[in-house]
Amino acid sequence: MNILVCVKQVPDTTEIKIDPVTKTLIRAGVPSIVNPYDGYALEVAARIKDKEGGKVVLLSMGPPQAKDAIKECLAVGGDKGYLVSDRAFGGADTLATSYTLTMAIKTVEELEGKFDIIFCGKQAIDGDTAQVGPEIAEHLGYPQVTYAVEAEMVNGELQVKRETEDGAELIGVQLPALVTVTKPHFEIRYPTVKSKLAANRAEIPTLTAADVKNVETGRLGLAGSPTKVKKSFTPDVSKKGVKIKEETGAESAKKLAALLSAAGVM
Amino acid sequence: MNKADYKNVWVYIENVEGTPKSVGLELLGPAREIAGAMGQKLVAVVISSAAEESVKAAVAYGADEVIVIEGPEYKDYTTDAYVNALYEVVQKYKPAALMIGATNNGRDMAPRVSSRIGTGLTADCTQLAYDAESDNVAWTRPAFGGNLMATILCPDTRPQIGTVRPGVFKKKTPDAKRKAEIVREKIHVPADQIRTKILKVFKEAGGEGVNLEDADVIVSGGRGLGKPENFKVVEELAKALGGVVGASRAAVDAEWISHAHQVGQTGKTVAPKLYIACGISGAIQHVAGMSGSDVIVAINKDPDAPIFDIADYGVVGDLFEVVPALTEEVRKLKA
Repeated sequence: MNILVCVKQVPDTTEIKIDPVTKTLIRAGVPSIVNPYDGYALEVAARIKDKEGGKVVLLSMGPPQAKDAIKECLAVGGDKGYLVSDRAFGGADTLATSYTLTMAIKTVEELEGKFDIIFCGKQAIDGDTAQVGPEIAEHLGYPQVTYAVEAEMVNGELQVKRETEDGAELIGVQLPALVTVTKPHFEIRYPTVKSKLAANRAEIPTLTAADVKNVETGRLGLAGSPTKVKKSFTPDVSKKGVKIKEETGAESAKKLAALLSAAGVM
Repeated sequence: MNKADYKNVWVYIENVEGTPKSVGLELLGPAREIAGAMGQKLVAVVISSAAEESVKAAVAYGADEVIVIEGPEYKDYTTDAYVNALYEVVQKYKPAALMIGATNNGRDMAPRVSSRIGTGLTADCTQLAYDAESDNVAWTRPAFGGNLMATILCPDTRPQIGTVRPGVFKKKTPDAKRKAEIVREKIHVPADQIRTKILKVFKEAGGEGVNLEDADVIVSGGRGLGKPENFKVVEELAKALGGVVGASRAAVDAEWISHAHQVGQTGKTVAPKLYIACGISGAIQHVAGMSGSDVIVAINKDPDAPIFDIADYGVVGDLFEVVPALTEEVRKLKA
């Protein structure tokens, strides 16, 4: 199987704090990580490779330091990585991003062969849109399965277990296909000393806008983005509530019950 | 693309086994206001093999017109058939805006429709408004784990499309006497053009679906519970109040309870009449999913926990003392 996994380097949003005075994001000192859902996607891909053979190629779009994220992925199942990086890609919304990645995938396929399956994380934890995967599938004209928790080849067919609101469904999908992955029920593999060393030494070719074949420049970056951010602000949901702290838990509970009852919410 | 050709505000009514999902009906509320401000019609779209109940509900909840695409190929959701159907009616009738519930299937379908058209899509919105100055829908959504809100416009292309989180807007009172125009479209997809097949369906273990979005009362547990067995104290209180059990990401990540119960940025957005947070610190990503609740109660032993900043009633104390005692009080009051 020839498999591609799209990965994004993101700020660890659980470490982001808001400046209480300026009400803006404090991004300094926030570590950059591989988007967790992309890590799950890589594990699902690597498990297919372990069983079926073949290779797992990584593709990331981002600034030059996103190579670090690719290297991390090379140590846990990836075989080869490519970075798509150019100032011309800056300010892209999901439509422009998915177009850029689609054209980059086609360029990489000339070197690595046509991919049978393209895996993406369900969403990236910075933007949380869950749009780029399905949009790549649309540009390529491929079928898709989103919210996957497992995927395996069964008698030549890709079968994907997909999370639904009230359980899951098993979906058979024709290849080539694109699959987006959410948190699976298994752990992702750890790097070994050897795999880390090899990943650190790996050459990661960078594709600039000029290297990506057949791109229409008007569809890249800010110019190619139909959505515009009008404003951003930090949510203020603070309330002046009632604090209850009686001698014992039971007394506090009694007081709370009385207040809730008086407020008519019970 | 001539923007002037695009008129009306559309709401996609997701339909499962003949029944409309709440989020579509919820969306008819804010969509009605936006359509009113634009001086245009509110149109509902139903794709189903059994559409009638959803059509009736869409009319009762305020649609001026309903477009129905009915056919056996729409029995279960498939990306290929549903995207094709929605794309075809959008191309034919040219709406100015299209709102889709941000369910798993809604978020599967919307980006394919928007990118097939080449228009903008805003994901997972929690506020909707009409920006009269620019004549655009103002789509507001959380990002960076709920730390930041962004208002997005789609100024140059049409339709403007957004997915909207379930549970954010409350359903209006339905009016069974309302009348609306019903437009029936025949769009058929040959079976060989549907490239996915549902082989098996798994209902969640434990039987009952977890319906957090429609609950009036939610009692949630977090890291403070310490271990999975302790969810019992939360369940007891939820039962006494006739509510549903929720959970923070910490509790779900620790696998104390299934993801279906998770409230927050990566879980569900809820706005019940009463939300009780037990042993939840109040990380921003949790708050992003429940701050719209009418009354918030926090029970936590750490007096500095951020959950107290957003609580109407904050009890500083050991949840293992407070919650069971509260359950007893509730039982007495309800008896």
